[in-house]
Amino acid sequence: MWKTIIGLDAFTAEKVRLMGEIIKVGHLKKYFPVQKSFLEQLLTRKMGYVKAVDDVTFAISKTEIFTLAGESGCGKTTTGRLVVRLLEPTSGEIYFNDENITKFKGEKLRLLRRKMQIIFQDPYASLNPRMHLGEAVGHPLEIHNIAKGKEKKKMVLDVLDKVGLTPPEQFINLFPHQLSGGQRQRAALARSIILKPEFIVADEPVSMIDVSLRTTIIDLMLGFRKELGLTYLFITHDLAVAKYISDKIAIMYLGKIIEIGTKEKLFLNPLHPYTQALLSAIPVPNPKRKRKVIELMGEVPSAINIPSGCRFHPRCPYKKAECIEKEPQLIKIEDSHSVACYLY
Amino acid sequence: MPLLEVDSLTVEYKTNRGKIRAVEDISFSLEKRETLGLAGESGSGKSTLGLSIIKLVPSPGVITKGSIKIDHVDIMKLPEEKMRSIRGRKVAYVFQDPMTSLNPVKRIGDHFVELIQTHEPTVEKKVAIERTKRILESLGILPERINDYPHQFSGGMRQRIMIGLGIAMNPCLVIADEPTTALDVIVQAKILDLLESIRDVYEMALILISHDLSIILERCDKIIVMYAGHMVEYASSAELYKNPRHPYTQGLLESIPNIELTGQKLSAIPGSPPNMLNPPQGCRFWPRCMNAKKKCSVEEPPLIDVENNHWVRCFYGGEGALNG
Repeated sequence: MWKTIIGLDAFTAEKVRLMGEIIKVGHLKKYFPVQKSFLEQLLTRKMGYVKAVDDVTFAISKTEIFTLAGESGCGKTTTGRLVVRLLEPTSGEIYFNDENITKFKGEKLRLLRRKMQIIFQDPYASLNPRMHLGEAVGHPLEIHNIAKGKEKKKMVLDVLDKVGLTPPEQFINLFPHQLSGGQRQRAALARSIILKPEFIVADEPVSMIDVSLRTTIIDLMLGFRKELGLTYLFITHDLAVAKYISDKIAIMYLGKIIEIGTKEKLFLNPLHPYTQALLSAIPVPNPKRKRKVIELMGEVPSAINIPSGCRFHPRCPYKKAECIEKEPQLIKIEDSHSVACYLY
Repeated sequence: MPLLEVDSLTVEYKTNRGKIRAVEDISFSLEKRETLGLAGESGSGKSTLGLSIIKLVPSPGVITKGSIKIDHVDIMKLPEEKMRSIRGRKVAYVFQDPMTSLNPVKRIGDHFVELIQTHEPTVEKKVAIERTKRILESLGILPERINDYPHQFSGGMRQRIMIGLGIAMNPCLVIADEPTTALDVIVQAKILDLLESIRDVYEMALILISHDLSIILERCDKIIVMYAGHMVEYASSAELYKNPRHPYTQGLLESIPNIELTGQKLSAIPGSPPNMLNPPQGCRFWPRCMNAKKKCSVEEPPLIDVENNHWVRCFYGGEGALNG
């Protein structure tokens, strides 16, 4: 099912067969109920939902960097959290190494978390201000009964050294407030890899880092992919960063993937009108280049009242009658490139 | 004579732990219909510089040196009451977060009417409302929405309203401090287009403050690159892009991804920005500079005009970087 949807070419399909897919997500949905006022509850029985993720299907091959990109509110972060089981999906399935983990609970879930980790956007909020780095970074080792005492310390020193917090003997006793933003994000990265996971969800890991330091974090992530054979689900709103780091990119709009492909194909030949507009709006660091920004009508509608048919139709310059009636599905246009749009 | 002239401006924050020179010895000028970009990372002093132009540096910040002339008026000598007529009337300031800058319990129209009547007490409410409607229309907002509250607008719309409030009194200078940082790229492009067209229609000057060098390079005529309170480079954007002279600017340009290039290799600047309570001696960038020599760690480099109004604060004017 996944292969046909994502539209792999023969070579990649073979590679995937040999390498395998580490993550498979099928028809994933997450609806958050909307709080209503008492009066509204009396007057209507129908529940309102924010359809944050609305039927999303994709697969990530081993050692791949797969990016979910889109504007704020498109459901990329929710998807990431669903995949690592921080949120319960409303429906749909998640497979990790061909095992259905959608319903994992208790001990099984705990063991699963050794293999999948998440890095958050805000390194100021994701590190406990009262824990020094040795404690914070070594904490996962204790939770999972892997190491204690001296052994733990040795592993922490080792991993701090790996993320470039050197000399580690000095950093191990520092508290988060003594670190800069970039150093904190390195510490968060250290904590996420200390268990030697197979898969990491990185949710906007460089958005809050100063430009001059971003590349070091990205390079560390790319290095760990090689060294530890890691697979990443990278979540970002910044398509320039996505282009730099990813192998494959999925563009989300209002809870749905509307286009998916290898980064080369997606950037060379964007198919969906939304992708085209999105790419045209990205600033290019070149004063001579005068861009032509594709104008879109209106703004992103609310995820409570999703438009009928294609959810992009109210803003689409090419809309046809069928776009209003029926929702387009992702179809393969060329090898490793699929789009959900009736233009194709 | 230029519209805005800033001469050797220095701003200090006097904190309990010591003195922080957030902006040091900065001079530049700006003409009508020009856009100046202030680029720099967090803590480089770009916002402090923007705020000090309208004498709004938050306490404990003090302007300790320098002069600022707006439209031939030396505002350093103006008393606070007179400054109120400069802010809003001559200079508009657009802040980063449109949600916290608008009063949530006040209708949009009332924001405008209050502003207009404060600056022009003789204007009747009816006239003010008519003017508001015209402004809203020029921003791409339906005039019927004049009675809506801020929460009924999206982030992009709110930022349009903020810009509208800024230009309502027809100022000659707009300072936009990270006006699109909280917005998505499509909305961002629209807001920047709007600022540009307003600048041309009303013949204003625009100062754009952003951490995003892509935006600055794309939208500005001249650029000031700030590092740790210093102006490290000042040039036209075309010149800065083609021929960056300061090692910091060079490093920054090499660390931003460009969507139009394939197979780009990004590099990072080693180390991190200095603690401003205790900045390094000599050049503030030397601990992170690949080409630093002994002299850089002892003496503070002067700002040199390397060619045709391209200023660099580096002993080697970027030559060290080119050779090494």
